[in-house]
Amino acid sequence: MITAETVNYISSLARLHLEGPEAVKLAGDLEAILHYAAKLNALDVASVTPTSHVLNVENVFRDDVPAPGLTPEQAFSFAIESQDNAYKVPRIIE
Amino acid sequence: MSTFETVIGLEVHLQLKTRTKIFCACPNVFGGTPNSHVCPVCLGLPGSLPVLNRQVLFDGMKVGLALGCRINTFVKFDRKNYFYPDLPKGYQITQFDFPIAQQGRIAFISGGKKKHVGITRAHIEEDAGKLVHDAAHQCSLADYNRTGTPLIEIVSEPDMRSAQEAYDYLTALKLTLSYLGVSDCDMEKGSLRCDANVSIRPLGEDRLGTKTELKNLNSFSALKRAVEFEAGRHEGVILGGGQIVQETLLWDEAKGRTVSMRSKENAHDYRYFPEPDLVPFTFDAAVIEDVRRTLPELPAAKQARLMTGHGLNDYDASILVQDPALADFFEACVSAGAEPKKAANWLNGPVMKELNDRGCPLAGLKLTPANLVKLAARVEDGTISNLAGKDVLADIVVSGEDVDCVIAAKGLAQVSDDAMLVSVVDEVLAANIKAVEEIRAGKAGVTGFLVGQAMKKMQGKANPKKINEIIARRLTHG
Amino acid sequence: MNTASLTAHELMDRIKIGGITPARIVDDVLARAQAVNPGTHAFIRFADKITAGEGACPLPIAIKDNICVNGSLTTCASKILEGFRPPYDAEVVARIKAAGGVILGSANMDEFAFGSSCETSVYGPSHNPWDLKRVPGGSSGGSAAAVAAGQAVWALGSDTGGSIRQPAAFCGVVGLKPTYGRVSRYGLIAFGSSLDQIGPITKDVRDGALLLNIIAGFDPKDSTSVNAPVPDYTRALGRDVKGLRIGIPREYFIPGIQPEVLAAVRAAIDVFKAQGAQIVDIALPHTAYAVATYYIVATAEASSNLARFDGVEYGLRAFPAVPRKGKLIDMYEETRAQGFGAEAKRRIMLGTYVLSSGYYDAYYLRAQKVRTLIKQDFEKAFGACDVILSPTTPTTAFRIGEKMNDPVAMYLSDIFTIPANMAGIPAISIPCGFDGAKLPVGLQLMAGPFAEETLLAAAYAYEQAAPWHQARASL
Repeated sequence: MITAETVNYISSLARLHLEGPEAVKLAGDLEAILHYAAKLNALDVASVTPTSHVLNVENVFRDDVPAPGLTPEQAFSFAIESQDNAYKVPRIIE
Repeated sequence: MSTFETVIGLEVHLQLKTRTKIFCACPNVFGGTPNSHVCPVCLGLPGSLPVLNRQVLFDGMKVGLALGCRINTFVKFDRKNYFYPDLPKGYQITQFDFPIAQQGRIAFISGGKKKHVGITRAHIEEDAGKLVHDAAHQCSLADYNRTGTPLIEIVSEPDMRSAQEAYDYLTALKLTLSYLGVSDCDMEKGSLRCDANVSIRPLGEDRLGTKTELKNLNSFSALKRAVEFEAGRHEGVILGGGQIVQETLLWDEAKGRTVSMRSKENAHDYRYFPEPDLVPFTFDAAVIEDVRRTLPELPAAKQARLMTGHGLNDYDASILVQDPALADFFEACVSAGAEPKKAANWLNGPVMKELNDRGCPLAGLKLTPANLVKLAARVEDGTISNLAGKDVLADIVVSGEDVDCVIAAKGLAQVSDDAMLVSVVDEVLAANIKAVEEIRAGKAGVTGFLVGQAMKKMQGKANPKKINEIIARRLTHG
Repeated sequence: MNTASLTAHELMDRIKIGGITPARIVDDVLARAQAVNPGTHAFIRFADKITAGEGACPLPIAIKDNICVNGSLTTCASKILEGFRPPYDAEVVARIKAAGGVILGSANMDEFAFGSSCETSVYGPSHNPWDLKRVPGGSSGGSAAAVAAGQAVWALGSDTGGSIRQPAAFCGVVGLKPTYGRVSRYGLIAFGSSLDQIGPITKDVRDGALLLNIIAGFDPKDSTSVNAPVPDYTRALGRDVKGLRIGIPREYFIPGIQPEVLAAVRAAIDVFKAQGAQIVDIALPHTAYAVATYYIVATAEASSNLARFDGVEYGLRAFPAVPRKGKLIDMYEETRAQGFGAEAKRRIMLGTYVLSSGYYDAYYLRAQKVRTLIKQDFEKAFGACDVILSPTTPTTAFRIGEKMNDPVAMYLSDIFTIPANMAGIPAISIPCGFDGAKLPVGLQLMAGPFAEETLLAAAYAYEQAAPWHQARASL
């Protein structure tokens, strides 16, 4: 059961502000999708190895050789806000 | 006497000094203009993908082997998800269930006793960026130069029982790591960083108490003070009938206390899952053995060898191994004919003083083993005094000149002409009748004063031992 | 015949004999694209600068809006990436440019590729060129509509659970999802990293082979791209299908399939039979679990992939009118609340949920294990056959708005395409007829890992015998 409390917790983990009817609708949607997903419980997977990579590729490396990155102009071309060669964000209070 | 014992485990982050970052080809260098070493990958731009730097895996293996760990032959990477402006992707690529190394152990001396601390694991991960807080503009500034610096995180078992043990563990760990040459191991620059997990429990209790995690321990002394403070705080809370809340705390060095990190609330559910953008890594035992063969002799082994092979005592050997260059220099001196104990005395005494005074590493001096051995021999055979020896040392570490040339140029050779020394001694005796009377009355300690007077007249160019002998002879026969 | 309706290989043939210049092709296709775009809305935007290219294949192409083009707006049809111009080219874009390709503009899509209808685009839906009241499919709906409407010679799409093949089927064009790892994902804004693959959407099979020739191959910037030689895929075309074993998975022929779709696919089987292919009955027993597995795995990856859209470096930044939790967290939460649409939020929430403490084993880990079973189904099936044949979709294109309020029903429209992504195998959708409303029907063929040549050979043989691909939407 997806409660309002669960939606609240998950949305806070996902840093997604939800409120009012939107939160209620999402709770219902999640409930429906998870209900559908529950069909996986019918399978016995105790001895099955999980697949996180579909191809059997291993050991892909890069050599430790430097290459040029972005110029300052490129690095800030998309910046929302910048100051002193840095990306500017609201002050973080520890 | 407290009825509680403190339980400490450390998480140490070691920055590797590879040429490039862990997942991209940006140069891995300290500092620089903010965001001058960045690319789409380390900026976490949409569409960018990580590719592992080969060297990082090998350096990780080295660290694991040096800490006596089992190296896993199957290694993978995972994502640790949390939001923070120093983390451009919103997740950190790290290792969760298949780290590079597990189950090691490190041994060291603490409080005069041998201590073992277990190493739970060493895993590879990427460093985050740096945030500078600008109070004037009410903003924080993100610099991603450091983002993607390769890190090895070394997690210890909760095996330490005092702040001093934690301090000694970190000291021993840093020494071992510094031998590997994979990192600068510099706490001030942040290439070695330490977090501490602290809990207390009643003496005799087996179960662990609730822990708090201390961050921002920027020096060895900060570690010690923070752990002491936090253990005391726990005790106060518990004795006051309260409960410790599991949380992350920041050490405030200026105020000497730990403070809660509000901004990292709710960040404990990291939703780890396998990193789909990096494939797994496997290697057979032969590769691990190849890496093991490249390991230098580690401090514990070197110390043991200096003691058994050269007859040094524990103290001398332990000082020499603090600096692998110093220990190597010592061995070169012995090979060049020096008597081991004497060479150790020179290195741990006057040479160490030169290094401290100049604030430079051994490589910064123009001292060669052959020259130091010669200097020791000249003092030993009485050519120059001990004092003059130190003078010569101060010269040759800078000039690199031959010891004999320096002695000649400075006119430091001791006068060995007996007749001259006897006449100087007689002058001193004549001028200090009172002292002579006191010696004759049995106050042997006054002799030193007379030797000093004679040395002064000789402007230091005499062997004090010889003057001592002459004084004794004149006083018995006179 | 006008330029805009010609295939890439036809245009290349004409360039070679001096019948047309690359510049003229660009002009003609751009004119057509701009003329019909108000109807199809296949393009979100046209490129700032469009000039004829030089090289082996100097043809105009539509690029899905989730593939980075250096200096050009690339937004995944999302508000959260408004104004974002990547400072680099995706690997596929670099390869297309190197071949002289001309990027016409950004093709519409479901926001972050989350959808099967193109309706979740922040720029509004695209429309199916065969019936503008209907969806072109999704998420690469703009790419498929552009090709079907002659607004581009060909297009790039991306396919995480059918996002190339389903819109290709709905729009009556050819859509190829290559083997996972065949084409670099570098510069593709990730949805489900272990499933995503870029592929061609083209007017016929030969064009699919040609475009795959350009984009396929190892890329050292993508750890999951495979270092295997790239054949000339056009050489597989014309191979005889006599004796080719074509597997018919009984689990794909279920009640609920539109009867005209079923009839068209049955007829396609007969076409193969007539050419001497051997039809074999096969089983893919875990098919019924694929959609549920997919929505767990893909959303989990997506929830993490979309964490970078946080208002710090690029894109949208927003604050609530009334402060709630402190400036930084408010910025994160409001930026993401305003920047993501309803479907993106739904998937981020689902993905976060299935990875969260206490639910990982029950959902994510279990789904990864079922993924293994689905993959094993295919491994076993490809022991008995060379190619698997099925409908691409259970129905033809549905009406705009028809499924917007029922996420599970929408998810089920990908039921036949999702398994290929779960197994990482190549799959293609080709036109195989029309329903009573004159809407195209798609035929899906799947093959084993890196068997694109087999796939293309079979698809080409069918297309030659049953040239449904030659029909053009009248706009």
